Amino acid sequence: MDTLRSRYLKQKIAFAVVRVSATMVCLTLLLVVGFVFFHGWKAISWTFLTEMPLDSMTKGGIFPAIVGTFFLTFGAIAVALPIGVASAVYLNEYARGGRTVRIIRLGINNLAGVPSVVFGLFGLGFFVVFLKFGSSVLSGSLTLGFLILPVIIGTSEEALKSVPQTYREASLGLGATKWQTIYKVVLPAAFPGILTGSILGIGRAAGETAPIMFTAATFYTSRLPGSIFDEVMALPYHIYVLATAGTHIEKTRPLQYGTALVLICLVLGVSLTAILLRSRLRRRRN
Amino acid sequence: MYQGERAIRHPGFTGSFGCDSFHGAEHTMKKTMIQVPSFESANLVDRAANADAPALGDAWTGRGGYRRRTRESAIRLIFLLTALFSITALGLILFFLFREGVPVFKIVSLQDFLLGREWYPTDDPPALGIFPLIIGSIAVITVSCIGAVPLAVLTAIFIAEIAGPRMKEILKPVVELLASLPSVVIGFIGMVVVAPFLQRTFDIPTGLNLLNASLMLGIMTVPTICSISEDAMYAVPRELREASLALGATQWETIFRVVLPASLSGIATAVILGISRAIGETMVVLMVAGGAAIVPTSLLDPVRPMPASIAAEMGEAPFQSEHYHALFAIAIVLFLITFAFNLIADQISHKYKQVGSATL
Repeated sequence: MDTLRSRYLKQKIAFAVVRVSATMVCLTLLLVVGFVFFHGWKAISWTFLTEMPLDSMTKGGIFPAIVGTFFLTFGAIAVALPIGVASAVYLNEYARGGRTVRIIRLGINNLAGVPSVVFGLFGLGFFVVFLKFGSSVLSGSLTLGFLILPVIIGTSEEALKSVPQTYREASLGLGATKWQTIYKVVLPAAFPGILTGSILGIGRAAGETAPIMFTAATFYTSRLPGSIFDEVMALPYHIYVLATAGTHIEKTRPLQYGTALVLICLVLGVSLTAILLRSRLRRRRN
Repeated sequence: MYQGERAIRHPGFTGSFGCDSFHGAEHTMKKTMIQVPSFESANLVDRAANADAPALGDAWTGRGGYRRRTRESAIRLIFLLTALFSITALGLILFFLFREGVPVFKIVSLQDFLLGREWYPTDDPPALGIFPLIIGSIAVITVSCIGAVPLAVLTAIFIAEIAGPRMKEILKPVVELLASLPSVVIGFIGMVVVAPFLQRTFDIPTGLNLLNASLMLGIMTVPTICSISEDAMYAVPRELREASLALGATQWETIFRVVLPASLSGIATAVILGISRAIGETMVVLMVAGGAAIVPTSLLDPVRPMPASIAAEMGEAPFQSEHYHALFAIAIVLFLITFAFNLIADQISHKYKQVGSATL
């Protein structure tokens, strides 16, 4: 039997180890972000953000990549948001459990687990080749839309669940039909939560590289996309290409850091917004 | 109908049974509505001060009511069909992977494909054995788990059991932000920071190898494992902790002997989901694993995990060539592995769900 003192000593050691782990996780984030900031801020300038790449991408800006990421991301949201919210409405408002719901949930869970590169190949096989959309904003947006669908469904469901049951009962009690209740009472009340979900989805879609490699992204274009059937440059793919391909890898380092910084600011900014929004929502509910 | 009747017999019943009470309320309403005309109260409603309001009786029983009910069931059907979209998407993904991947088995048997030691897809004839790629994936994930699993679980313990509320408010977003870091940025850091460091430290020709990829992959999996494990610990009932503390156990003994065992299924689910994500993680292994399709013999050997192979070669593989089909076949293998892992995780979390406080 251990003495009380040795048991407390054990606790002290264990807590120290646990604290060190948590600190390491925080440090990892700080180091990654700090490092990119430290090396990237020198590259950032107004011209870097608003000009075309020059001299086989060793100079100039990343404007087309920013625009491309913007297009792809909003395309993805435009695909995933209506389907995702409608799925969540069915699961939370209409479904009463049973086999159909189990199968649907299994589908959503597994869709969430499909590797991003597999989404990329699927997009290549289905949108690019089979539907003949070619490598384009449309194909890329659809592929990314499929990818973020589970995120949107999950957060929308959480938002719908948080709408108090009494709202629905009051609306039904006034003689509204179920659809009227959903459309005029439940969805408006769940709107902030659904918005949070979309923002999370945007963050996810903006950072993905593998799904757009074969469906939308191109190494270099001298012009901005004119239609949804054009190829685009995108920030994540731009980093990948600059860092791994070509003969100027060392020469373009500052551009790589700069692009990484822009991408990190975009993704972390968007995610942080969603996190803060959500914690405010939760606090208000409690 | 049963729920509706029960709700009618107990008019004051407004229990918070989640969905049940909701549907109960709906049935109740329909019944009372339908009864309205028999009391001839439709006239009363018509004469009501607000002339704009639709007549209640008419809304449900008249021709308008029929239309209204048809519309309601049509809307319900539309929502059901949309909800089935996820299944459809999964089916489409499977169908197109098989459509483009299966033709490779005309020239190589399944066994040779999975166990063949040589991956020279551009040779003539091509050698299409993905064994080194599978081993590459397994090696990278095993090594990364050795570091990432304890780190993630310990961090989860800190967040769930030890940290104060303010600390929690900082740590949880940190973990979430770590999860949202784009993989291409992690890969980039691996290339420009970790690789030169490893190269200098171990005096090797290149820092892009198994160890580097494992470290970077660890950064990607820690947040997944951490946040799911933390949820699992959070779900352990307070009574269990109180009972343990009341018996004289220290806080650490309570965590280690009560909370951890009680949330073990959740932690197992977390680890499996983390591994499942790591298997499919592409950009990190594409950029820092080194890219040699060999079976590694040391931590400092370059490897070529499955997703890296797909991403690196798809751009160069001629359309509908054997190489192209082979890459789709690798994607099938990846898909099936992650599918299996997700099913296992699903099973574990359903089967060993912590219900109530008496099932330790």
